[in-house]
Amino acid sequence: MKEFFETSIEPHFNYWVYVILMMIGLWAVIAKNNLIKKLIGMSIFQTAIILFYVSVGVKKGSGIPIIPKAKEAAAGAGEHGAAGAVNPDLFANPLPHVLMLTAIVVGVSTLGVALAVAQQLFKDFGTLEEDEILEQIKTADKASPDG
Amino acid sequence: MADQFPAIIVLAPLFGALIVGLAGSRDHRICFPVVLVSLAVSLFASLGVFLQVLQSGPVSYFMSGWDTEKSVLGAGIELRIDAINGLVLIVIAVVSILVSIFSIRRAGEETTEKTPQFYVLFLLLTVGIFGMTVTNDAFNLFVLVEVSSLTSYALIAMGKARRGTMAAFNYILMGTVGASFYLLGVGYLYLKTGTLNMGHIHEVLTANGGEIGRSPSVMVAFVMILVGLWIKMAFFPLYGWLPNAYSYAPSTSGCILAPLMTKVSVYVMIRVMLGVFGWEWVFGHLGWNHAVVWLAVIAILAGSVLALAQRELKKMLCYLIVAEVGYMVGGAWLADSEGWGMTGAIYHILADAFMTLCLFIAASILVKRCKARRIEDLGGMFKKMPVTMTGFIIGALAMIGIPPTCGFFSKFYLIRGGIESGHWEFVAALILSSLINAVLFFRIFEIAFFGNKPAEGHGHEEGETSEQGSIGEQALSVREARLSTLIPLLVTAAIVILLGVFNGPVIAVIRSAIEPLIAVGG
Amino acid sequence: MKWFALIAVVITGSLLIYGVSDFPDWGDAQSPANAGAKSSTGEPIGESVSQFYITETGRLTHVPNLVTAVLADYRGYDTMFETVVIFAAGMAIFAILRVLREDKHTLGPPAKDTTADGDHGRIIVGTTCKILIPVIQLFSLYVVAHGHYSPGGGFQGGVMLGASFILLAVAKDLGSALTWFTEKRFMTLACVGILIYAGFGLMAQFLQRHFLDYGVLHVILPKTDEVMARSHSMLGVEIGVAFTVTAIMFAIYANLSSRGELKRGL
Repeated sequence: MKEFFETSIEPHFNYWVYVILMMIGLWAVIAKNNLIKKLIGMSIFQTAIILFYVSVGVKKGSGIPIIPKAKEAAAGAGEHGAAGAVNPDLFANPLPHVLMLTAIVVGVSTLGVALAVAQQLFKDFGTLEEDEILEQIKTADKASPDG
Repeated sequence: MADQFPAIIVLAPLFGALIVGLAGSRDHRICFPVVLVSLAVSLFASLGVFLQVLQSGPVSYFMSGWDTEKSVLGAGIELRIDAINGLVLIVIAVVSILVSIFSIRRAGEETTEKTPQFYVLFLLLTVGIFGMTVTNDAFNLFVLVEVSSLTSYALIAMGKARRGTMAAFNYILMGTVGASFYLLGVGYLYLKTGTLNMGHIHEVLTANGGEIGRSPSVMVAFVMILVGLWIKMAFFPLYGWLPNAYSYAPSTSGCILAPLMTKVSVYVMIRVMLGVFGWEWVFGHLGWNHAVVWLAVIAILAGSVLALAQRELKKMLCYLIVAEVGYMVGGAWLADSEGWGMTGAIYHILADAFMTLCLFIAASILVKRCKARRIEDLGGMFKKMPVTMTGFIIGALAMIGIPPTCGFFSKFYLIRGGIESGHWEFVAALILSSLINAVLFFRIFEIAFFGNKPAEGHGHEEGETSEQGSIGEQALSVREARLSTLIPLLVTAAIVILLGVFNGPVIAVIRSAIEPLIAVGG
Repeated sequence: MKWFALIAVVITGSLLIYGVSDFPDWGDAQSPANAGAKSSTGEPIGESVSQFYITETGRLTHVPNLVTAVLADYRGYDTMFETVVIFAAGMAIFAILRVLREDKHTLGPPAKDTTADGDHGRIIVGTTCKILIPVIQLFSLYVVAHGHYSPGGGFQGGVMLGASFILLAVAKDLGSALTWFTEKRFMTLACVGILIYAGFGLMAQFLQRHFLDYGVLHVILPKTDEVMARSHSMLGVEIGVAFTVTAIMFAIYANLSSRGELKRGL
């Protein structure tokens, strides 16, 4: 057990957490009845992916990806060859951060549109419970079959 | 100029959308010309780039100028156009132009005073679809998938039907889960390969005898990407969002979404299979072709049977889309050594876009003009609306697969692939589904020819239908539709036939594009 | 439904965990994502994108904040569409919710008369907002402008700027926020933001380079060379992003809180 923990879980702890978070979100999206709860699940689901990506870009012992005096470092690299160059191990991987900035924005936009649709549904049906909405659609169907 | 074509394809509708957004609300009349011009520019650029591809092979375009000389591969975003997506681009441009003509008068009626917003969303949708087709960057693809999805959610939900709103909500949930799965798959690939450029990923996966490609996480990445795209294209077990979303959307939205969204997703799947993972990896290493083909067989049969059970015209067409997606996925996974199944699938993407467009435009006209949501209401339509019904028949014959329409030839190549790969169940499913289509459509023809019961407008007092409109005419004096809706219908019908008659050159182009991809796998 | 959900969750979860099993360790600086893919013999396959960003960005763009450089330059095309996603969301919410015709049925219950709540709360909230809002706005402009040197940029600054208007709408009412930031203004601002972004790209195209290739803009921008032109154009692009984000964040709030009527709000 201890060995399993040390070899499988500890080095991948972030990844385990992201999977668990993601499954919580997926469960809510599928199983919850209230539309807003479904949207909360959707947000958790997307956030889990952000956690995953950011975990990919981590390097132990590195700092934030901002290179102070970038110009001088670049000039130094030019003069002294590789010796003055920036050591990539000292800076976190910037790419996942950029990707997740995009994913966050996309998530916010989707959530905004979804909330607008939910509000419109509430206007139309007077409820946000999925089963009640489906019930109303069914009764409307019986009243006019081609509706 | 000519080397800027790949960027122009995507940018022209984007600038068009911004102009409509800025100036459209002052004067609604400005919207349509801007839409038409920007899409025409896209069509022109697509044709130009396609000719370049035919002359000198695939075209690459590096955004921000970060090409391989100035930086490493994958630092910038690459657009890449080969013969296959060149064809898909032309189809997208033509379909969107036809739908925009169809929407001249329609959009105003269906969206009340939100016409400029409708056109902004319409153009952004085409931006997303064009972008998905040209990009060679796995993450950029996700962003563009989201552009097209967000706009399609809105295009569906902006109608008056409250069921359309509910359908849009389900679509949002499923679409977001699908896109997130795709994003996750790309993340797994990035973690294993350290790059996002599709060509570069392929290089890393196949390098050194494909040792990285054999790791379990690459397999999981493929499954995640595949499931994500299957949700987007409404492949059989994951099709739940599609029928309601497309049939209760405003008719113009339905006409642009139904032909394009699923087909472009299928194209993206084929691109991921061939361009990122490679023929050898997907069919040799993974070897799931039998399972997926069986799934496609179930999709085809289920789609056809469910279509048979529908009484509403548009719903029936939506279930046919589900069946057609089964054709394409099945064809792409046939994996016969000559690649005929793949050829058929790609040709079917082109053919199905026009077939679906033809049927959807015709169905929208019928539903709108005579309030005939249900099939029984179509009685005597041939006499009243001969031109519309002609268009409908041509689309229907193509769906059934009768020569010389393009539907026949795509089925021909799919069946050839099925025979060569020994997937007889797929061949049987194709033939059976053609028979079911024949039963479906001949039932409609019969009603429309001989049924003399005029559509009496079944008193849609519920306010439930999206096609209710503001017209209160009960005793309908049904006339032929407007010219602005008939022109796109007839042009589409003509393309359906021409694409069939001239299938030889198209097939030759597709073959020349996929043969090297197969050869790589050996 | 619950059983189906459980099965779906268990299958997906175990598949993902199975994929995790052969991941490189968390925080490994030599993992493929951080240092490029290597074959089992340790030979690199292609070059590492991430290391290229870290080592070469200083020389190529003179921007210390790598995230900004990657965001606005190397992957600027992505970021443009990210802004387009925001814009599309704003348009989508308008298309779905906005009530253009006065329609009795869609009106909600009349808003409560809030004057009865007492003026004490209003004075405290009002004064706090009066002091806070300019500070927030100033800080958000700083975040936009300082994106090259510290964490920040168009999205972050734009969200804060939008939040300052939302704060005004929450503290007083939507109407007073809308008197200055009218619907016409924020919808125009959203378009203008993307136009600025895409305009930078288009200018590069007119100068015979690829879309968004800022280096060539040194012809237009005064006192710059190829490298500084990239740095300056990134700032311009970030300002465009900030415009769109500000406008759409407020638009989303305004439409959602007033059910598309843009009148009373919460």
